Amino acid sequence: MTDQAYNFAYLDEQTKRMIRRAILKGVAVPGYQVPFASREMPMPYGWGTGGVQVTAACLTPEDVLKVIDQGADDTTNAVSIRKFFQRTAGVATTEATAEATVIQTRHRIPEAPLTEDQILVYQVPIPEPLRFLEPRETETRKMHSLEEYGLMHVKLYEDIARHGHIATAYAYPVKVEGRYVMDPSPIPRFDNPKLSGSPALQLFGAGREQRIYALPPYSRAVSLDFEDHPFEASKAPHDCDLCGASDSYLDEVITDDQGGRMFVCSDTDHCRCRRAAGHVGRLGAPVAEGVA
Amino acid sequence: MGAVELGISAKMKPEVTSVGPLLAVRGLTKRYGARIGCADVGFDLWPGEVLGIVGESGSGKSTLLSCLAGHLAPDAGSVVFDTSEGPRDVLAMTEPERRRLSRTDWAFVHQNPRDGLRMGVTAGGNVGERLMAVGARNYGAIRDRATDWLGRVEIAAERIDDRPSAFSGGMQQRLQIARNLVTGPRLVFMDEPTGGLDVSVQARLLDLLRGLVREMGLSVIIVTHDLAVVRLLADRLMVMKSGHVVEQGLTDQVLDDPQHGYTQLLVSSVLQV
Repeated sequence: MTDQAYNFAYLDEQTKRMIRRAILKGVAVPGYQVPFASREMPMPYGWGTGGVQVTAACLTPEDVLKVIDQGADDTTNAVSIRKFFQRTAGVATTEATAEATVIQTRHRIPEAPLTEDQILVYQVPIPEPLRFLEPRETETRKMHSLEEYGLMHVKLYEDIARHGHIATAYAYPVKVEGRYVMDPSPIPRFDNPKLSGSPALQLFGAGREQRIYALPPYSRAVSLDFEDHPFEASKAPHDCDLCGASDSYLDEVITDDQGGRMFVCSDTDHCRCRRAAGHVGRLGAPVAEGVA
Repeated sequence: MGAVELGISAKMKPEVTSVGPLLAVRGLTKRYGARIGCADVGFDLWPGEVLGIVGESGSGKSTLLSCLAGHLAPDAGSVVFDTSEGPRDVLAMTEPERRRLSRTDWAFVHQNPRDGLRMGVTAGGNVGERLMAVGARNYGAIRDRATDWLGRVEIAAERIDDRPSAFSGGMQQRLQIARNLVTGPRLVFMDEPTGGLDVSVQARLLDLLRGLVREMGLSVIIVTHDLAVVRLLADRLMVMKSGHVVEQGLTDQVLDDPQHGYTQLLVSSVLQV
């Protein structure tokens, strides 16, 4: 249960108020990066300090928390953040997407459709979509405020010139509500269509860079592209080897040193649910009674 | 200068249509604390005209150019540009307007191509950037325009996917010119465009520039300390010394019959081979 040495959800109430203000501003101006006074968290930068702070500011004791890392519930990052909130907030946790009210994620959007009762919190390493083209923060801020986004297309142009197609496969820039260009965090571009018009509130927290931004429910996020090279959500051209799903984003797993490999759903909860419902992939075995 | 100045302003005052000068500068002053960057500079630049600004290092010519191009905020004066919606004081424009102007009707060629190019982006991307900045969203069309412009500045089409860092100094400078001219600007600012290039490359660049200026009917303000460059390119000349314009007139007139002591010194300082 809650460790009495901590305030609920680790952060003190003043800090949470500060973060909530930033979140509200972010919701009011979709896609705009709101600066906030990011705190030191008991984990290294790059492990989700921004996401954890946003989650902490959103949590109520009644919430049910799900944490995923690359779509999986059982990876180090996900497990440690889940345990962190179990210990400091005492909230219920779950692995089932549908049961969760707050989902903190790194690199994926769950396959199952989200609802209006859910908040999706992203961990963001570099919130500035223009960063690698324009290193000056003063200049990128000016470009955002004046809506000068031609440079973003220069990046896509370079992709096509070099690879023959838009090779940006993750952190694919989107334009939010026809105004701000936003980095959707390093989610695969397969997930980009799910950003737009989602019923759930989507919050993005970058701890090291001290920025919070948001996509309010049902807001429009258009992936940038060229007329003759339209945006395409891409995934490995396979079915899941465990559950047979053809429409979910896949991880490639090397199984031996003979070139053996398998493709499995990166969303472990999605895969588990499908297998429990009796779907079986190429290498999957039917789920035994009582295991699942 | 004062008399000439008055005569011109009196003549142009009643007409505010596009038959007026492209750029009308009055009383432009920039101070760096107690020091003068440039003081009370005024001139008219007419469509299709090339104006040279010459002077020694520290004479204020680069300060003047930066003030005109909106990179520096002058302390006093006005810079009226004949925009598509009629003459507007550039200094009174909002920043978005000024920045839009600087990527459509204006162009700025830096002395060092590294300041004007994106060194990590291919030649095609460099040329295409201004097109994409004004809303071009068709990859094929952008690439065709870029190829066309590389050809016009004598860069082989197969170098389109090379980065400027793989180019020679002269090629970089030509690429910078292509990048600036691709959106068809009406006014080009050039800051020592031939600085740092050897003489044969300089000659080729000047030749190219002269061709482009005539062909596109560009108005150019070119700052240089190289009298040969202005002799070749400029229609009119302004000589600056210690922040003040000491002499202005037709290029040949100023160079062949310099009136001011400093201009005489400048002209006689050129080494004859």
